[in-house]
Amino acid sequence: MRELDVKRIEETVAELCIEANHYLSDDVKACIGSMRREESWPVAETVLEQIEENIKIAEKGVFPLCQDTGMACVFLEIGQDVHLTGGLLADAVNEGVRRGYGEGYLRKSIVKDPLRRENTGDNTPAYIHTEIVEGDKVKIVVAPKGFGSENMSRIKMLPPSAGEAGVKDFVVRVCEEAGANPCPPVVVGVGIGGSFDKAALMAKKALLIPLDEANPDPYYGQMEAELMERINELGIGPQGFGGKTTALAVNIKTAPTHIAGLPVAVNINCHVCRHKEAVL
Amino acid sequence: MEGRTHRLTEPFTKEAIKDYRAGDTVLITGTVYTARDAAHKRIMEKLEQGEELPFAIENSIIYYVGPTPPKPGHPIGSAGPTTSYRMDAYAPKLLELGQLAMIGKGQRSQEVMDAVVRNKAVYLAAIGGAAALMAQKIKTAEVIAFDDLGAEAVRKLYVEELPLTVILDPEGGNLYEEGRKAYLDSL
Repeated sequence: MRELDVKRIEETVAELCIEANHYLSDDVKACIGSMRREESWPVAETVLEQIEENIKIAEKGVFPLCQDTGMACVFLEIGQDVHLTGGLLADAVNEGVRRGYGEGYLRKSIVKDPLRRENTGDNTPAYIHTEIVEGDKVKIVVAPKGFGSENMSRIKMLPPSAGEAGVKDFVVRVCEEAGANPCPPVVVGVGIGGSFDKAALMAKKALLIPLDEANPDPYYGQMEAELMERINELGIGPQGFGGKTTALAVNIKTAPTHIAGLPVAVNINCHVCRHKEAVL
Repeated sequence: MEGRTHRLTEPFTKEAIKDYRAGDTVLITGTVYTARDAAHKRIMEKLEQGEELPFAIENSIIYYVGPTPPKPGHPIGSAGPTTSYRMDAYAPKLLELGQLAMIGKGQRSQEVMDAVVRNKAVYLAAIGGAAALMAQKIKTAEVIAFDDLGAEAVRKLYVEELPLTVILDPEGGNLYEEGRKAYLDSL
């Protein structure tokens, strides 16, 4: 069995926190560029140009892309043939977040208690999701999640009779009601099926899918395309000032569900769709 | 919806902004104060208790922002707008006290929209998520109250040509409604 010191996970998490907050992945940049070229509404085009300028400034490594450097969402895929040594996994991840947010001059946005609201001062604890997979590697994805868009996310337990039309109407309505609040253009993560919590997790994980990647199931690939079209017919536009580009992408994840249920979760991300990964 | 461009400089007055219309661009040069959720809550508590406020509300411009920490050699870190509706509970009171402008992003409540018109104020939007770009326009920053709130402390900023868009104007214009409608009508 392969041994892996959790200290390496700590170091990697720290680096990924800083990297994710300064550099967008190529698929996100390419998508913003192509949407700008397709945008016919002058105000919308201007906003998208400013967003591209912001990306260039952040890439110099001094100023993070957004002041909301997010809740540190850390997804770990741990090969079942790995033996983690040197301490507790969660402690290592949290120490990585503490170091990344401290050394990277990132904003500390986490409060200790949801009602008493005292800031923890180091952006911990992280949101940690672990999954046991085959192999002897550990994959780490750090996705800092801003809450302007998180607050506009919704979940609904539809009856099975609502069907495909009900799911699509719900997703479009969530985007319409969100309007200018989540900093459009947005990335829309949709989780369909599973249970109440599983749908929400799938919606969040859908935000990690490259924007140019369609669902491998043609049925859902077609649904993503239809949803994109309907959302971009709303006219909300970049920042809600009007225009075509309300969404950059819609990504769907699905899971088997119960005979009585049709859960649908919509997790919205702003155009600063941040996630960086490493494999140890 | 391509509006005019205004340069707003000190002294900030209601007279200077009376012709601003939804969709116009505003470049602000001068002093702007930061306050978001927690700072607004404390300002309201101070008002209720008749205590002195961190800055004069009359003719003030308040930017809803919680910046990232400054790196050595820089006055501030990234500093884009936070979503404004969370300040809706507090904004009408401050507008009644003479606040000139709010800077944020996103929809406001009917109470805020009414208070903007009644008090001839404006609501301006900065580009959400363009925080590195906004930071380039902030020349000095100083924490003047509630230091314990960290990113949420009240800061006095000096900005040069901070680029903003008029969302709610003194005559009741609303870019979020008008911009969307104008785009859809153009199709």
